[in-house]
Amino acid sequence: MKKIVNDLSWMIGGPQGTGVDSSANLFGRACVAGGLWIFGKREYHSNIIGEHSYFQIRVSGEPVRSHLDPVHLLATFEDSTARIHAHEMAPGGALIYDPTVTHPENLNLPKDVLLVPLDYAEVLRQVSAETGEPFSKLVIMKNTISVAASCALLEFEESNIEKALAGIFTGRKAKLVPINMTVARKAYSFIKKEFIDQFPYRLEPIANVPKRLVMIGNTAVALGKIKAGCRFQTYYPITPASDESVYLEGLSEYGMMVMQCEDEIASVEQAISASIMGVRASTSTSGPGFSLMAEGMGWAGMNEVPVVIVNYQRGGPATGLPTRHEQADLLFALHFAHGEFPRIVIAPADHEEYFYDAFQAFNYADRYQTPVIVLADKNIANNTQSILPFDESKLKIDRGQVATKEDMNRLSADGMFKRFAFSESGISTRTFPGTRGGIYWMTGDEHDELGHIDESSANRVKMQDKRMKKLETASREIPESEQIRLFGDPKADLTLVTWGSPKGPILDALSKLKKEGINANLLQVHIVWPFPTGPVTKILQKAKTVINVEMNYTAQLASLIRRETGIKIQHNILKYNGRPISETEILDGVREVVKKKTERVVLTAGM
Amino acid sequence: METTKNVNPKNLSDTPLTAKDFKTDVHIDWCPGCGDFGITASVQMALAELKLAPWRVVICSGVGCSSKTPHFIKTYGVHTLHGRVLPFALGAKMANPEMEVVAVGGDGDGYGIGAGHFMHAGRRNIDMAYIVFNNEVYGLTKGQASPTLGRGQKPKSLPLPNVNEGVNPLALALSAGYTFIARSYSFSGAHLKETIKRAILHKGMALVDVLQPCPTYNDLHDKEWFSQVVEVNGQQKPRCFDIEKENYDGRVKDSANLDEITAKKKQAFEMAHYRGEQVPIGVFYQVELPTYYERIAENAPILNQYTPATLPTADEKGRPTSDLSQPLSHLLV
Repeated sequence: MKKIVNDLSWMIGGPQGTGVDSSANLFGRACVAGGLWIFGKREYHSNIIGEHSYFQIRVSGEPVRSHLDPVHLLATFEDSTARIHAHEMAPGGALIYDPTVTHPENLNLPKDVLLVPLDYAEVLRQVSAETGEPFSKLVIMKNTISVAASCALLEFEESNIEKALAGIFTGRKAKLVPINMTVARKAYSFIKKEFIDQFPYRLEPIANVPKRLVMIGNTAVALGKIKAGCRFQTYYPITPASDESVYLEGLSEYGMMVMQCEDEIASVEQAISASIMGVRASTSTSGPGFSLMAEGMGWAGMNEVPVVIVNYQRGGPATGLPTRHEQADLLFALHFAHGEFPRIVIAPADHEEYFYDAFQAFNYADRYQTPVIVLADKNIANNTQSILPFDESKLKIDRGQVATKEDMNRLSADGMFKRFAFSESGISTRTFPGTRGGIYWMTGDEHDELGHIDESSANRVKMQDKRMKKLETASREIPESEQIRLFGDPKADLTLVTWGSPKGPILDALSKLKKEGINANLLQVHIVWPFPTGPVTKILQKAKTVINVEMNYTAQLASLIRRETGIKIQHNILKYNGRPISETEILDGVREVVKKKTERVVLTAGM
Repeated sequence: METTKNVNPKNLSDTPLTAKDFKTDVHIDWCPGCGDFGITASVQMALAELKLAPWRVVICSGVGCSSKTPHFIKTYGVHTLHGRVLPFALGAKMANPEMEVVAVGGDGDGYGIGAGHFMHAGRRNIDMAYIVFNNEVYGLTKGQASPTLGRGQKPKSLPLPNVNEGVNPLALALSAGYTFIARSYSFSGAHLKETIKRAILHKGMALVDVLQPCPTYNDLHDKEWFSQVVEVNGQQKPRCFDIEKENYDGRVKDSANLDEITAKKKQAFEMAHYRGEQVPIGVFYQVELPTYYERIAENAPILNQYTPATLPTADEKGRPTSDLSQPLSHLLV
């Protein structure tokens, strides 16, 4: 049988709290240890124990940035996962199941699915008999059995599992590696050759691949913040954001002040005031918390305080889909808080950008002395990807205009400092409290150059002009390569435009579309505010067909593009069922637009 | 146990100071006779007597009449949002604990819209003073009932008597974990100034609830009422009496002695609920416990060496100096 090598969609599922994540972590790391690339999608309920969760890992010989809809190998250790996901299985795929609890004849399986029974208890009984370890102590290792059985079926060497285990169980836990390996080897022995021969998928290790990072988006943001010199992080627990703050709290050697606040109102305000004192400060949240931050954001805008807010979007409105994915906060981020003030909104779209943008956000905040919103989302935040190590060599910290001695001479009088001095760029020089001669005031009221309340109409106009001018300055200074990114053939007739995480499945789909004769490129709007009007107009005007792709109902980016450029995008591929877009869906959606000229394609895949 | 904390030497002025050095030339727009004048003057005198350099002090406020105070005091001033003085003040203090941070604001600001922050500030025991200007009304919006106005009371600004119970800020602070809880009166002069100084010198979260008249809207508790002599058990007594001059000592001597803490808390709770013609003022409760910064620095010892605001994170060319190799090593496969 001709095998399909290194192109696999694997899934494991089970009730929450039964080790689904651990299994996926082990399988993913084993693949990467073997030189392969992974993208892992994690789906879970707002629940601690019992509700169904699953983890889907796409494995490839090349970098992958998205998942596929069909499941080629479904590994289960209890009965619910097979029932829930049977219909998602690809013909020719395989189901690993425990015959003592799962009865395939009752499942809604497509034809030609290879049934691989695996008696988990028997594996453990044999290990128990051979090692003398009590059976009850081994039960927890059923996850290892699932992974080992999967690898056996894929003819993937068990040494990769051992490498992965060694990476997971470190320090005092290292003693768990041998017993897990004993269980794994036993599971290998249970997968008969006839099954392996019938299964068309295979994983082959690739040699000499450099070590890769395997991480979730939350971690990438956290590391970007540390690198940027952020030493003040506030948060209120919320999914899918708090993993970032908790991770930072654990890295106490950097001296990061991580404060768990009473609510998101306090979170954003503590970060703002910390920033006033001179430390780079940030907060991370998701929709409901982001809504509460509006008031503080307006104050930071009014007082020209650099602060970085990471909003990990999830399904809204209200509590919405607390553990699911959506991108419906774009227009909100552009407008939230009453009144008008400048803000910079960045939309990172993959794990690398989560790191670099978290870093760069502080430079923008300091340089333009205004709030910077990083619009992240659950898809990247909670999903795992293998990526090349970050290139930290070019990173530079820019603290913006902080008063020098010369500035003090110019702007300080009688111990006080014109913090909000009018300037060409709109940016003023700041002092950090504690500086002699640097005294100034801040107020949520309109104010004069010293920061005292001034409601006069003339001052209002001058101050509002000064603040808003910073946006023009930012637009002019930020390189085009940061504002937008174009992937694929610049001369392509078809342009897909998106922001945030749909970038992954679109990039993965471009080469496949090309093979089908559809030459498309991707325009990623990376800085969504100030809007890159010129670059976006230039590219969209060239395209014969434009398809806007995003994860919301109202096509928010398309409406923003129309507002800012006058260009009406005729086709939208949208999704709002809380599950991220797959490569499969991009392919299907683009084909439909190309063939049928459909104006609105709504995607619905994912359980 | 008297206050153990001294002013941080970095914050001491190298020139002699008077209250005048803490005055700005900003026009003060409070109503004539407002208690805010007395409190602001006391803050200025307290800062001068503590010899604090103006540029080493940050005064934060919320929103309302009294929250305009920072503009009238020549230190770094942060006039924030309604009810939000504490998050701003404690964020500033945690970022640079070497600075002296003082929070001021009204009773509606602190006990109403900011009540959640009020409670959690107590739990954290941030080393700063919070002075609440308590006049029982929302003056700036024409005298609506504030959270401290008692049920059934009807100042002239209300069409009908107040239907809400008044909150007891001192008892609330006691439950929340404030480690210095005091009350004073806006025109008590030396008492208020000394209480503010003690609050600033206290190592931990200090509340000074300052009773004050609102001459425009609160005709129940006006300046005259506070100055009255009242009859107690046949004796003529001043309305406001200093509890510490009458055998009351709210200070915990041994903070490791839980029995003593409980006894002092009970005593303070009782005194906070004192009923009678007189109004007790003074320090109701004081204990020295680890501050929030100390607790954090225990987990992150580098914060004993640097503050978050002074931690070096880049070299002179702006290259980041944070070495990520340790956390990244756990992520490399």
